[in-house]
Amino acid sequence: MRKLLLFISVIFVGLVFMARLFYLQVYSSDAYSILDDTAIRKVYNYPKRGYVYDRNGKLLVANQPSYDVMVIPRDVEPLDSSDLQEFCGLLKITEEEYRQKLERARNYSPRLPSPFVPQLSKKDYAVLQEKMWKYEGFYIQKRSLRSYQTTIGANVLGDIGEVNRQIIARQPYYKLGDLIGKQGVEKTYENTLRGIKGVKFIQKDRFNKDIGPYKEGRFDTLPRPGRDISITIDSQLQAYGELLMRNKRGGIIAIEPSSGEILAMVSGPSYNPNLLVGRDRSKNFSKLYNDSIAKPLFDRGLQAMYPPGSPFKTLNALIALQEGVITTEERFSCSMGYRYGNRRMGCHAHRSPVNMNIGIYESCNAYFANTYRRIIDKYDTPAEGMDKWSNHVQSFGLGDYLNNDLSVGQPGKIPTAKTYDMAYGKNRWYTTFTISNAIGQGEVLATPIQLANMAAAIGNRGYYYTPHIIKKIEGDTIPLKFTTPKYTTIDKQHFEPVVQGMFDVYNKGTAKYLQVPGIEICGKTGTAENYAIIDSVKTQLTDHSIFVAFAPKDNPTIALAVFVENGYYGSRFAGRMASLMIERYIKGKITRTDFEDFVLKHTLEHEYEKPYSNEPFGINRQTTLETVSEEEYRTIQNIKANISKS
Amino acid sequence: MLRENQRRFKFDWLTIILFLLLVTFGYLNILSASHEGEIQSYFDTSQLYGKQLVFVGLSFILIILILSLEAKFYERFGSVIYLVSILSLLGLFIFGKEINGARSWYAIGSMTIQPSEFAKFATALAVAKYISDLQTNMKTIKDQLRVAAIIFVPAALILLQNDAGSTIVYSAFFFVFYREGLQQVYLIMAFSLIILAVLALKYGIAITGIVTAIVLLARYFLRRKKRASIIQYIAVLAASVLFSYGVNSFYEHGLKPHQQNRISLWLRLEKDPDKLEKMKKAEAYNLIQSEQAIGSGGWTGKGFLQGTRTTGKFVPEQETDYIFSTVGEEWGFLGSSFVVILFVALIIRILFLAESQKSQFSRVYGYGVASIFFVHFTINVGMVMGLIPTVGIPLPFFSYGGSGLWGFTILLFIFIKLDSNKINEW
Ligand SMILES: [Zn+2]
Repeated sequence: MRKLLLFISVIFVGLVFMARLFYLQVYSSDAYSILDDTAIRKVYNYPKRGYVYDRNGKLLVANQPSYDVMVIPRDVEPLDSSDLQEFCGLLKITEEEYRQKLERARNYSPRLPSPFVPQLSKKDYAVLQEKMWKYEGFYIQKRSLRSYQTTIGANVLGDIGEVNRQIIARQPYYKLGDLIGKQGVEKTYENTLRGIKGVKFIQKDRFNKDIGPYKEGRFDTLPRPGRDISITIDSQLQAYGELLMRNKRGGIIAIEPSSGEILAMVSGPSYNPNLLVGRDRSKNFSKLYNDSIAKPLFDRGLQAMYPPGSPFKTLNALIALQEGVITTEERFSCSMGYRYGNRRMGCHAHRSPVNMNIGIYESCNAYFANTYRRIIDKYDTPAEGMDKWSNHVQSFGLGDYLNNDLSVGQPGKIPTAKTYDMAYGKNRWYTTFTISNAIGQGEVLATPIQLANMAAAIGNRGYYYTPHIIKKIEGDTIPLKFTTPKYTTIDKQHFEPVVQGMFDVYNKGTAKYLQVPGIEICGKTGTAENYAIIDSVKTQLTDHSIFVAFAPKDNPTIALAVFVENGYYGSRFAGRMASLMIERYIKGKITRTDFEDFVLKHTLEHEYEKPYSNEPFGINRQTTLETVSEEEYRTIQNIKANISKS
Repeated sequence: MLRENQRRFKFDWLTIILFLLLVTFGYLNILSASHEGEIQSYFDTSQLYGKQLVFVGLSFILIILILSLEAKFYERFGSVIYLVSILSLLGLFIFGKEINGARSWYAIGSMTIQPSEFAKFATALAVAKYISDLQTNMKTIKDQLRVAAIIFVPAALILLQNDAGSTIVYSAFFFVFYREGLQQVYLIMAFSLIILAVLALKYGIAITGIVTAIVLLARYFLRRKKRASIIQYIAVLAASVLFSYGVNSFYEHGLKPHQQNRISLWLRLEKDPDKLEKMKKAEAYNLIQSEQAIGSGGWTGKGFLQGTRTTGKFVPEQETDYIFSTVGEEWGFLGSSFVVILFVALIIRILFLAESQKSQFSRVYGYGVASIFFVHFTINVGMVMGLIPTVGIPLPFFSYGGSGLWGFTILLFIFIKLDSNKINEW
């Protein structure tokens, strides 16, 4: 026993030490990475962020230098009161804020750099840099901020802002204080635009002093500059669209049908992209974000889903022809509507009976109710017919995300048999239950970009390219999915009568007052009923004004969808704006200045205020149009003159 | 002729190989911990790694010298060596040079010599000589006191020179005494006192008293035969409480603030976050850096000369007391475990050889050697990994320094020589 005491002690100590080593080195230690090594200072070198040009080579977004004051809380030495006062003065913060910011940074990590005061102005930077040596633990990190060369297209271009911690956790490339695309093309083309930052590793000693490059700089990397991109937007057309949308809310999407390139993507109300640059970014952003009434950050062209109404009828005509359930000359009678069972779908006064051409340009509800029933009832069960119909509709890019390169979107909705099975039970519903689909109401929902794409597919007579925003990437090609046509389920020959019908909408139908000399426009008006909950009562508001068009009739160069919230009937605002956009794009100038005056002079702001007025109000027919103030009109004229100049 | 041959090759080569491995690996880690920038020449004696290489070279001359002397020499002159050693310690009070607050060095030109490193083997020889005397009986109080005096003198001198770490090493001889017949009651008492001290510091006197009372009560009821009187039990309890009180007041008043803080950190006594934050920058700083360096090594380490914390000199005193953190960072779990295994193997091998000695002198000396290595290894590595409170004490063959390396080399090779002679003793 006496012989064993030391022996056992030695073995015991050996085992305890091995266990302790295992605990320190294996169990509680993460895989070693030089990037996490606190003995190595990482100095990042941020590359130039790629520029953004419009389709005609006009520079839209460039860069400007920015200087962030960063802090490593562990290294901060307490400042005496005069130094503290001076430092806070230079940073334009109070001493209380100084303490709060330092505490916040310390809570995040005492040894990792946190942004202390981001985005100093050049002047503040120059003054501060001289004195920086006094403030241990603080340093200035140079970054590159955006510099917008334009005041339009905020929703298209998007913005960049500081990464949040969730992103850092998912993508270790980003470090606190780094900038990342938050919206628009900045977000979708983040990886292309940002480039790759360079890093220098510097060996530190325990006093946190640099003692030279780590391993002679063997692991250092040079920054790789971001690549420039061109987007498909025509900045003049975009600017013009935004001007037309002034004092209104709504969206305009214009697409080049032969390529799927988005020419304009207007969302009203819009804002100046420069608001989201610099130190006021977060203040301005929260102001935009918290505006729950006008919702400027809600991209109405991409995110607003509405029953498309009459423009949707053209699809039912195409499907009926494809399914062979009607001929173009077959006529249906309409006496102010369509009766089914003991119910009735109303229509307006027009001659009767109507063939397909008249049905389209008169937008006859009865005609399309009959057509729709023929399609569904062709099959043994309504369910089978419904799925066939739904399949045709979806081939136009409706009812699902377009899967493109825009940072936001909505799927819209196209019902299938399942939709009604869920609502009524399997085999417990009839075609008439779904009859609203005939006229683009009921269960059908679409976004303006989906409707513009639908118009492009009709203009192309049966195919479309996924609408996209990227035109060129420096040193790269754009994704194949944007250059591959997508075919609809409708054969080419069935399009001519429908195109003719849409053309006659302009010749003799609901848009005959919207003609533009020298351009053959095909279009379709629409209205969407509009409800809001006011004091927990569902209240009807003035209809949304919708217009879908493409031009010229053959080989169209532009297809678009316009919708104006509370704009009332389709041709009033949306139709005029569509004609103006088409003329502006095709001719480069406006001859229908009467439309332009009408649109620019009138405001719908009073309509938007009605639900918040706490007073009874009239809608649709009972509303009157209001004109903008003198001052606003002068502003509008100035903007208009500037667009023409640029 | 046969005898002649046997004598030449009967050194225990396993011990020698373990020694060589430790010295080599130790030197490599000193090279890592002390180099700055490019290594111009390994023999650059303006650098610590260059000096250490010279120390290693000189230690081989010492080895030859030790092995070439008669084995009997060490037994015969043990007392003289001890006396010389004590004189050298005494001389420090007059001629000593103070480095880092400890008056433990003689300066000869640019060289410094630390006599306390040599006092260890001298004391081991003296203890071996005294215990192996036929007159000595370790079970008697008289001999216990005398042998205690042998270790007390150098220990006290070293403590007076402000080198608390080197003093603690002399506790190693407890293992020797126990092996040679010290009564078991001392072992139990030593163990109980350590537990009492920790309890008193961590939980206070009241709780320590209650725990002691419970333990004594349990013993009283379990031991139905040969029960001691209740008075004795009460005396033990009173002594325990008194001891706890003594420990606490020694902690409060007897220790210097930095020593207090070391113990406070180890037992996690301090709860005030502000004070903890201060300690992190003072007493706990080395330990935190050391643990981080070791932890950053992972499974296989960052590689020889590749440790970023070692290169950046993050761990203060890394080439001396904290050298094991270099091993941890650059060689990882595998390399550090290898070092632990080398030490365990060396100590066990010495123990094994000691037990097989025919002469009691050799056995006691061997036991002393094993115990001294054990205490150094346990305290140094335990401290560097944060298992025991900070005590400044070198890791044999690893920590930078000529005196240390030579002291341990002499300590070990005298035993190798004694061991090689065991056949001759017949
Ligand atoms: Zn009708």
